Amino acid sequence: MDVVLFYLFGAVTVGASLAVIGQRSPLRSVLWLIASFLGLSGLYVLLDSPFTAVTQIIVYAGAIMVLFLFVVMLVNRPREEALADHARNGLLAKGPRRSAAALAVAFLALVGWAIARTPERPIIAEAAVADHVSSVAQIGRELFTTHGFAFEVTSVLILVAMVGAVVLAKRVL
Amino acid sequence: MPSLNHFLLLSGVLFAIGTTGVFLRRNVITMLLSIEIMLNAVNLTFVAVGRTLGSVEGQIIAFFVMAVAAAEAAVGLAIVIQLFRQRETLNPDAFTSLKW
Amino acid sequence: MDLTFVAHIGIILVVFFALQMSAAVTVLMERKVAAFVQQRLGPYRTGPWGVLQPLADIVKLVFKEELRPRAADRFVFMLAPVISATAAFGAFAVVPFGAPTDFFGLLPEPIPLRVADVNVGVLALFAVTSMGIYGIVLAGWSSNSKYSLLGGLRSTAQMLSYELSYGLALAAVLLTANSLSLSEIVDAQKGYWLGVIPRWYVFPQCVGFLVFMIAAIAETNRAPFDFPEAEQELVAGYHTEYSSMSFALFFLAEYINMVVVAGLATSLFFGGWHGPFLPEWLGWIWWLAKVFAILFFYIWTRWTLPRYRYDQLMHFGWKFLLPLAVANLLATAAGVLYFGS
Repeated sequence: MDVVLFYLFGAVTVGASLAVIGQRSPLRSVLWLIASFLGLSGLYVLLDSPFTAVTQIIVYAGAIMVLFLFVVMLVNRPREEALADHARNGLLAKGPRRSAAALAVAFLALVGWAIARTPERPIIAEAAVADHVSSVAQIGRELFTTHGFAFEVTSVLILVAMVGAVVLAKRVL
Repeated sequence: MPSLNHFLLLSGVLFAIGTTGVFLRRNVITMLLSIEIMLNAVNLTFVAVGRTLGSVEGQIIAFFVMAVAAAEAAVGLAIVIQLFRQRETLNPDAFTSLKW
Repeated sequence: MDLTFVAHIGIILVVFFALQMSAAVTVLMERKVAAFVQQRLGPYRTGPWGVLQPLADIVKLVFKEELRPRAADRFVFMLAPVISATAAFGAFAVVPFGAPTDFFGLLPEPIPLRVADVNVGVLALFAVTSMGIYGIVLAGWSSNSKYSLLGGLRSTAQMLSYELSYGLALAAVLLTANSLSLSEIVDAQKGYWLGVIPRWYVFPQCVGFLVFMIAAIAETNRAPFDFPEAEQELVAGYHTEYSSMSFALFFLAEYINMVVVAGLATSLFFGGWHGPFLPEWLGWIWWLAKVFAILFFYIWTRWTLPRYRYDQLMHFGWKFLLPLAVANLLATAAGVLYFGS
C-alpha cells in the first residue's frame, strides 16, 4: 500500500514540476507548483513526518506561493514571449538550451548510477522509530536545544529579508 | 515501504527538473519557481535520510531550509518588481548590459 | 466487511451531509436573527417560521443561468469556487464532535467521533484553511473585472494578516493543553473547578479567546471585517461575476468556514462535548448547542457593528491584534513554566 502511495504522490510531484517548467503563463506555473507541493506533502506523510508535511503546506503552499501569485498579478505579463519563438528558442536549439537539457540528463544519469551502486537501505518500519520521528515534541526539543543558535539566527535572517524586501520594492529606491 | 533509494532517485529527478527550468526559461518569475523546486528536492532528501537514520534532524534541517527559502523568495520577488519597473519586461536577456 | 470500517464510512457521510445542512440552517438563522435585530420578522411564509426558506434559496440558485465573462480565464474561473468549498469541508476533518463510542457494543473497541485521526490535528486544520485563500484570490483575478480583482486582493491580504494572530492564539492553547490533537485538548477540559465552574480554557485564556474570535471573524470575511465583499462599496467583491452553482459554492464555503471556526472554538475553548446532566454518549448534543451559540454570536456581531474600513482593518490586525497575541503567548508560556503543568 505504501509503495502504491509513493508512486502516486511521486507521479503527482514530478508531473506537476514538469508542468511548471513547461507552461507559458507564469500564473499557471504557480498553480502547478502548488500542486507539486501538495504531492511532496503526501510524500512527507509517507515518511512519518506529519509536522514537516503540514509546515510545507502552511509555509510553502500557503504563504510563499501567495507571494508569487501577488507578484505575477502585479506584473501582469500573461505570456512569456521567448518560448513561442521555436526556431531560436526551441527546447533543443543551439546554445544554452541544448547545454541545459544535456546537463540535466547528465546529472540525472550520474545520480541514478550512484544510487544504483549503493546497497538497498530499507526504511525501518518499526513503530518505535516511526513514533520518535513523527513526534512533534521531539522536534521541538531538538530544535530549541541542539539547534537553538540556528533558530535565533534564522529569525534575524527573516527580519533582514523583511526589511530588504520592503526597501527593494519602493518606487524610488 | 519503498527504500531510501527510491526517495533519493525521486529527489534527483526533481532537482534535475528544477535545474532545467532555471536554464531553459526566459522569465525571471519562472526561474525563481524552478529554484523553489530544487529547494524542495533537497528537503525531500533531508527528510528521507532523517527517517532512515531514525532521527528528527532531517526534519529540522528541512524546516530551516523552508524558512530560508521564504526569505529568499521575498527578497527575490522584490528585486523582480524593481527590475520590471526599470525595463517593462521579465526576460532576463534584457538585463545583460554588464556582459561583454 | 469489518464493522469498524463501515462505522468510519458512516461517520464521514454523516459529517458531510450534516455540514451541508448546517450551512442551510445557518443561512436561515442569519436571516431570522438579522430580522429580529432590525425589528422585523424575516422569512415566515415558506413553511412554519420560514423553515423551508433555505430550500427555496437553493432551488432558486440551481435554476439560475451559469454565466462566465468572456475574457475570464476559463479553467481558473471554474477552479476557484471548487478550491474554496474543498478547503472549507476539508478543514472540518479533524474536529471531533462527540466522545469516543463503540455504538452500544457493536464495535470491538470505541472509535472517536471525527473524520480523521492526525496527530498534528490543529496544524492540519490551519494548513487546509490557508489553502482556502487561493479560492478567493484566483476568483478575484480570473473574473477579469476591477471589482473582483480589488475585492480578491484585499480579502487575501486581510486573511493572511489575521492568520498570524489566529495561529498565535491557537499556539497559546496548545501550550496549555500540551498536545496538538484536538481530542486530547477537549479531554483536558473535562471536570470542574470547585465543583461548579467547568474547566474550559476560555477562563484561563480569556485574552487568547478574544484574539482567536476576532481573528476568526476576519479570516472568514464576516462583518465587521467584510470590507472585501461589502455590498455598498464593491458590488460583491471577488464573487461579483459568479452566478448559480459557482456562487452557491462560495456561499457554502463561507458558511462552512463559520461552522469550522465554531467547531474549533468549541473544542479549544469551551470543552467540546463535555457537559452536565447528559451521559457521555450524548455529548454531541452539548457540542451542537455550543456551536450554535458561537454561530449566534457571529451573526449578532454582524448585524450590530459597523464595518471597518480597509486601512483601519489592516492597522488593527498588525498593530494591535498581533502584539496582543504575542503577549498572550508569552504570558501563557510563563504561566505554564511557573505552574509546572
